[in-house]
Amino acid sequence: MMTSFLFRAMDTRAGIFLAIMAAAIILVPAGNLLAPEGSAFHVPNYAVTLMGKYLTYALLALAVDLVWGYCGILSLGHAAFFALGGYAMGMYLMRQIGTRGVYGDPNLPDFMVFLNWQELPWYWYGFDMFWFAALMVLLVPGFLAFVFGWFAFRSRVTGVYLSIITQALTYALLLAFFRNDMGFGGNNGLTDFKDILGFDIQADTTRAGLFAASGIALVLCFIVCRALTRSKLGKVLVAVRDAESRTRFLGYRVEHYKLFVWTLSAMMAGIAGALYVPQVGIINPGEFAPANSIEVVIWVAVGGRGTLVGAVLGAVLVNFAKTWFTGALPDIWLFALGGLFVFVTLFLPKGIVGTVSQGWTALRQRKASAAYESGSGDPPSAPPQSPGAPANVKHSNRAPVTAEPQPAE
Amino acid sequence: MSLLKSFFLLVGLMVCALSGPSFAQSDPEALRPLINGLAEGKYAETEKQIGALAATGDPAVAPTLEALGEGDLYVRKSDGAVFITKKAGKGYALTDPLTLEPAGEAGRREVSKIKVNNKLRRVLRSALGSLTLMAADPHVRMAAAEAIFKARDPDGIEALDAALAAETDDGVRKVMEEARAAAVLNSDLDETRKLEAIETLSVMGNRDALSLLIGVQSSANGAVRDAATQAVAKIEKSIAAWDAAQNIWYGLSLGSVLLLAAIGLAITFGVMGVINMAHGEMVMIGAYVTFVVQELIRTSAPGLFDYSLLIALPLAFLTSGLIGVAIERGVIRWLYGRPLETLLATWGISLILQQAVRSIFGPTNREVGNPDWMSGAFELGQMTITYNRMWIIVFAMLVFAGLMLVLKKTPFGLYTRAVTQNRRMAASMGIRTPWVDAMTFGLGSGIAGIAGVALSQIDNVSPNLGQGYIIDSFMVVVFGGVGNLWGTLVGAMTLGIVNKFLEPYAGAVLGKIFVLVIIILFIQKRPRGLFALKGRAVEA
Repeated sequence: MMTSFLFRAMDTRAGIFLAIMAAAIILVPAGNLLAPEGSAFHVPNYAVTLMGKYLTYALLALAVDLVWGYCGILSLGHAAFFALGGYAMGMYLMRQIGTRGVYGDPNLPDFMVFLNWQELPWYWYGFDMFWFAALMVLLVPGFLAFVFGWFAFRSRVTGVYLSIITQALTYALLLAFFRNDMGFGGNNGLTDFKDILGFDIQADTTRAGLFAASGIALVLCFIVCRALTRSKLGKVLVAVRDAESRTRFLGYRVEHYKLFVWTLSAMMAGIAGALYVPQVGIINPGEFAPANSIEVVIWVAVGGRGTLVGAVLGAVLVNFAKTWFTGALPDIWLFALGGLFVFVTLFLPKGIVGTVSQGWTALRQRKASAAYESGSGDPPSAPPQSPGAPANVKHSNRAPVTAEPQPAE
Repeated sequence: MSLLKSFFLLVGLMVCALSGPSFAQSDPEALRPLINGLAEGKYAETEKQIGALAATGDPAVAPTLEALGEGDLYVRKSDGAVFITKKAGKGYALTDPLTLEPAGEAGRREVSKIKVNNKLRRVLRSALGSLTLMAADPHVRMAAAEAIFKARDPDGIEALDAALAAETDDGVRKVMEEARAAAVLNSDLDETRKLEAIETLSVMGNRDALSLLIGVQSSANGAVRDAATQAVAKIEKSIAAWDAAQNIWYGLSLGSVLLLAAIGLAITFGVMGVINMAHGEMVMIGAYVTFVVQELIRTSAPGLFDYSLLIALPLAFLTSGLIGVAIERGVIRWLYGRPLETLLATWGISLILQQAVRSIFGPTNREVGNPDWMSGAFELGQMTITYNRMWIIVFAMLVFAGLMLVLKKTPFGLYTRAVTQNRRMAASMGIRTPWVDAMTFGLGSGIAGIAGVALSQIDNVSPNLGQGYIIDSFMVVVFGGVGNLWGTLVGAMTLGIVNKFLEPYAGAVLGKIFVLVIIILFIQKRPRGLFALKGRAVEA
């Protein structure tokens, strides 16, 4: 049962992806730790952290792709789950500082001493234990997503309205975490971490380990998503995306499917956030900013929604471009990002991966036709529609030129 | 504002003219013997002279009396002339008590101080109080009465009685009566007078009166105490009512800001179904147009500054409107029917516009001035109403009414509504739907530009101006119901008022969080907002 579940997750594309990931997980830390400095294979420290950050972003993008690409839920609030996971991890790291803080208080983090708090608030209990923090990384975003989704999907809030209230959710959390009274460090957030699981957080080996952990988390989540979307459940999700009402009329409990995949996705975003925080060394309310969530969506759109590999590719590419632009041409970055948004939505609605695989299928088909016409081979069958790629049901029956405004959904 | 000033001036002139000899400027030199008389004889004689000086009612003697109270009044031994002095080196610098001009210096031994005792000081104080209470300038009289109110000095009662008899300005008279009441409550006068005073204060009904009466409540007893208790209860009630009124006012003011920001969105999102994330940037562009207009006026025609906003309005409308049409023609029309993609593309556009403005005008806040008629405030009962908030409410209502008129009474509005309700049918009837789309989008963007002109008056003009409003605007539109301008109006005002009522209890930030949560919950209940469109158009 389990093996067949996993077996379904595999095909050529997934295989290539997993091979590249495996290579990266082994080679990057090795290049950093084993290759001597100055050697051509040496990976500098900053690059390890940077790539580790990209991997956590990729995981976040994967989570968004799962709900948006396969279930049609455009979340403009996934950064909220990401940041919540990050805060859970940040709280653990804060408790690990112990007496090494500026004020040397064994229990209270520095900012609480600074604000004259007398004792630890109840919601900070337990975060000195890693297993508890790790559990919270999953449960807090998961629980929030479950409650939010329970209400939203049950009342059949869909489309644009859902997007806007997810944005309201992350905006409300942004405002809340900015408050000092919340006990999460207010404006400054949580920072100045010392060690994780007993290892110095600044050490090269720890950084390499965190990179590997991010890579492994990404691979595991990818396999889960892949298996999920190729299962029967995944087919129902695609059905929900393309024709929600019809799926409901066929007897499926649409809201249950949505709630399940929504909560799962939020948990994955939480994991991404938890791996992100020790690598960048800070978590603050800025992570909740609605703009961040929208940016994640564009990573997915660039890579190709509904392809999983595309989400990872898009996240890495866009963030690499961002790093390069903000270093080399800081003024141009927002122009480039904005232009990317417009370009991708207008000219690459399937994203990079979607467009390439479409072209690949077309090419293969043409070859098959040519072979058939020259008298050999079987008649070409209709191109198999990838279950992943958006079917674009609405547009397949009319040319894009006649696209017309519709009332908001 | 200038009207109010000239009114006061007029009242002042009338007071001068009507109040007869006591206010008329007498020949200053006639006062000199009286002043010089201060130095003659003992305390009893001095007291008599003070009385005589006060009786002239001439404000010109006030500096002399003040100096006497401070112990700065000296007499020159050689000729018996009196001067206001100030220590200078070893001797004293002399000032003429009437003309207040320097009158040379004198050694330490050449002058001697005119002595005062506590009794004289008290006499001086009341004499001075009555002098300023009689001053020609109503502002000075008002200030004097307010000073007595604060000091609650029972000695001021007589002076106030005299001043009240001569007072002609109703506003000043009221303050004097209140000051008198405050003084009476602090004196040992009989109960009936005190009860009258409490009555006066309870009519006054503000926080000052409240704290005074609470003091009386704890110190007095018998009938006075009961009366004070009643008055306190009454004032507390009225203050609560005024607070609520003030909150409603603030709420309306916030609501009209939201309305201005959201109304353009209500058109593009509500009527056309286009999620325009660049809407906030249209607002920002409108604000920058105001800035540019003001800069041009400053450099070339400073006299027009008061009209700068009126000039900026049409320009902002045109600029934002044209950019809106360009966006619609260039990007959005390819994305109709795909609202989520539109959302992403317009977000991209918003980033580009922000960065463009940042590159041109710099990332810092730009200074946009308030014209005269928008600065200042006036009092209404116990509320302070600032002119800029008031004008923004008026302006928001005008924009709303204008938009309603355009949509309901013009052919263009008719086409727009037809296209909204049934695009295909409208097209079959010969309406050029793409043209209507472009114009509607331009109209929505232009309105956003106009909103920017108004918001430039109360917010920082920076490239991030629009970002602060976009989420709130969406909340308003979604809350009010898509495709319904009345819904937007009600939604904006409701959110504004709810926000302001939550603020005192929860703080500004927490209040806002509550509002967001309320909206999230509300959407669960009514997914299409307060005033949902009904009919086939919605189901399509």
